[in-house]
Amino acid sequence: MENFDYTLIDWSRAQFALTAIYHWFFVPLTLGLAFIVAIMETIYLRTGKEEWKRITKFWMTLFGINFAIGVATGIILEFEFGTNWSNYSWFVGDIFGAPLAIEGIMAFFLESTFIAVMFFGWNKVSKQFHLLASWLTAIGASLSALWILVANAWMQNPVGMRFNPDTARNEMENFWAVLFSPVAVNKFLHTVSSSYVVAAIFVIGVSSWYLLKKRDVLFAKRSIIVASVFGLVMAIFMIFTGDGSARTMAKYQPMKFAAMENLQTGRKNAPLVAVGILKTRENDEHKREDFMFKFEIPDMLSYLAFLDPNAFVPGITDLIHGNEAQGIIPYKNKMEKGKVAIDALREYTLAKKANNEAKADSALTVFRANYEGINAQGEKERYFGYGYISSENQLIPPVQLTFYSFRLMVGLGFVFIILFILMLVSVIKNKLENRRWLQYLGLWTIPLAYLATQAGWIVAEVGRQPWVIQDLMPTMAAVSHLESSSVMITFMLFAILFTALLIAEIKILSRQIKIGPKEGGR
Amino acid sequence: MFETLSLLALQQYWWAIVSLLGALLVFLMFVQGGQTLIYTLGKTDTERTMLVNTLGRKWEFTFTTLVTFGGAFFASFPLFYSTSFGGAYWVWIAILFAFIIQAVAYEYRSKPANFLGKRTYEIFLFVNGALGTLLIGTAVGTFFTGSQFSVNKMNLTNISDSTISRWEAPFHGLEAVLNMQNVALGLTVFFLARVLGILYFMNTINDDAIFARAKKQLIYNAAPFLVFFLFFLGSVLMSSGFAYDAATMQVSMEKFKYLHNLLAMPLVLIVFLLGVVLVLWGIISSAITVSTKGIWFSGLGTVLTVFALFLVAGYNHTAYYPSTYDLQSSLTIENSSSSHYTLTAMSYVSLLVPFVLAYIFYAWKSINNKPIDAQEMQEEGHVY
Repeated sequence: MENFDYTLIDWSRAQFALTAIYHWFFVPLTLGLAFIVAIMETIYLRTGKEEWKRITKFWMTLFGINFAIGVATGIILEFEFGTNWSNYSWFVGDIFGAPLAIEGIMAFFLESTFIAVMFFGWNKVSKQFHLLASWLTAIGASLSALWILVANAWMQNPVGMRFNPDTARNEMENFWAVLFSPVAVNKFLHTVSSSYVVAAIFVIGVSSWYLLKKRDVLFAKRSIIVASVFGLVMAIFMIFTGDGSARTMAKYQPMKFAAMENLQTGRKNAPLVAVGILKTRENDEHKREDFMFKFEIPDMLSYLAFLDPNAFVPGITDLIHGNEAQGIIPYKNKMEKGKVAIDALREYTLAKKANNEAKADSALTVFRANYEGINAQGEKERYFGYGYISSENQLIPPVQLTFYSFRLMVGLGFVFIILFILMLVSVIKNKLENRRWLQYLGLWTIPLAYLATQAGWIVAEVGRQPWVIQDLMPTMAAVSHLESSSVMITFMLFAILFTALLIAEIKILSRQIKIGPKEGGR
Repeated sequence: MFETLSLLALQQYWWAIVSLLGALLVFLMFVQGGQTLIYTLGKTDTERTMLVNTLGRKWEFTFTTLVTFGGAFFASFPLFYSTSFGGAYWVWIAILFAFIIQAVAYEYRSKPANFLGKRTYEIFLFVNGALGTLLIGTAVGTFFTGSQFSVNKMNLTNISDSTISRWEAPFHGLEAVLNMQNVALGLTVFFLARVLGILYFMNTINDDAIFARAKKQLIYNAAPFLVFFLFFLGSVLMSSGFAYDAATMQVSMEKFKYLHNLLAMPLVLIVFLLGVVLVLWGIISSAITVSTKGIWFSGLGTVLTVFALFLVAGYNHTAYYPSTYDLQSSLTIENSSSSHYTLTAMSYVSLLVPFVLAYIFYAWKSINNKPIDAQEMQEEGHVY
């Protein structure tokens, strides 16, 4: 176990985190702004007013600038599964590769074809075809999100497959189970709706800047109306999909759920900690967080997780040490089963090579019995991945980061809803121009929107550590066979390049905003 | 429909799809080739703007095809993905960097306050054009010459060091440049991309000065392209190749393997020869007449030739990604593919491809119905 090169694993994780975080700076705006632009262009076609064309073209220019860097930072993520997570690519490539290929064929071509019509077709195609191109670009962008999120959801809740000991990998058995798993559906809907909210806030924020500068007032107010309505609808939808995501997490990733709530000891009628401050206690059998302060809502966690205020919600210690009354087996037992499964796989492979069918059959029986099982709730649970784990403490994700990120995300989500309502009411009552505080709020909510969406991904990804595939493969078993110095160098290179590109994007966007809609955004 | 096909038939079908995507990618790298010629063909700012803009309307297709090529390879032959990408790390990372900088270069080049300056983005385009083509060509060269890696699925059961695919050369892929055949293919792709870029400019830009310079450059680039292509082709056809026994799956060296493959698959040979003739016809007709249609002949010819070469590398019991470190670790379409179920599911998705090609063709036609000229650069609302 000590032979794992943890420096390599940490740099590989850091590089993936870095590139994913940078990519996610740009994707939400692309996803949402594409729809906002399409809506604005629809209004232009409906009303025939040139002002709406001007509005559309301005936001389209910002969309194009952001789209380019989203593409630039996105290509690395696809190939990184191979370059840095080589074992992962084989172990689950049979399932994971398919959504990536479908993403390319179905979504990327749709997006890249019609975005060219969007930008270069104004004077070359009919108005109706141009509008269709704008909508198809928006749909293509969200479709590409669908497939990569299906792939990500499968990592959180691997379904629709079976391990093949002859090929030493998991193989797909049911494509529809992968596509329509509850985790995938909730993840997709929650992620895209939150992205639409980010884009709506961006439009409101930029428009608020114009109001603060007392220029392009009509343009700004019209943009705010579209963005507020779009944002409000999507934010409400986001709450429901977020609720669904949390419930699937409680069911399929109980440790992540417990870490997110810092629920150390499981209980019935579990309260939801609305606000809390944590303090680490080091001199314990496992590192644990205590609350220095908390404000709880009684029974709420049980209700949110299982729609039953009396439901038992397992805590971190229940999952580590087991809870017989609740039918939870300790991690230690899972680790033992995992090791037995791995040993049996080795025996099976050797027996096969030696053409010893009897020994192979017996090894396979042992393997099947220890690869997975059925828990007390009648759900399938896997043990194989636990065989790579040397200590129960490795199975606890960073609690503080997950706990705070979740609260930041949820808290800001409600702030955004209030902002949308205030903006909408103010603009309808024609009072927005006089409410400078609201204009400032609109402007300064832009960075908060980005913070919230990144926090969401931190909950999703940090919260599921150490798993790259839940219960089947930890990150240390997934990594490529490289020198840690190589990955450290590429990490630095990505950090420098992406930071330079981010600065370039912000500067270009800022200048285009300063130039304003009068110039058509050029 | 696809369910009834054998696993081998599905593997062959998917090798053909991956080959087609690879062939389309090489054709679409006219964008990269064109990017290396912006300063050679464009002497004024307006001329360079025309060159950049005619490429800028197509760069995303090359980029998307690359991404789809990667995704399709991952889905259909995941062991290649894990072995090559995780092993030849530096080559693939260098290729990825070359494409990352391209993706922003068009949109940011002429925008005010672009932080790095117009010239930097033009250098990005040049680097992408030169490195992207050269490295992809060199990497594909290893499909015929082999690499130093090992694959052992038993490693998964070694809980402290479980990586299945390991690269056994210290430079993680960079050693490919030490092989002349690989480099020759890299240079072939580089000069071919430039030839295609020139033919594309001749077809899409209505400017006499650019046309005259492009015509001159066509000869300068076609000559080295032919030299390197013939060197690569000759050396591959005359060298030993990596064959495997269909019954035992044992890999062994076979003299003139790739020549045998061409002769054993007459249809592939015809496609190959037709492709070469079309590429040459596109070049010759553009050099000696005032035709602007050369890109269509050479483009189609490129697709057919590259498609046939990929089939030669993977069909007829040939290891398409051979290991010179351990012959038995070599990847074949049979030992590196996805399962029957996944290949079947993916095959249904592949039926969308004609539909995708149809709408791409329609959309291209709708915005590219007349060549770019200087006037359009001043009138157009969105200029790179």
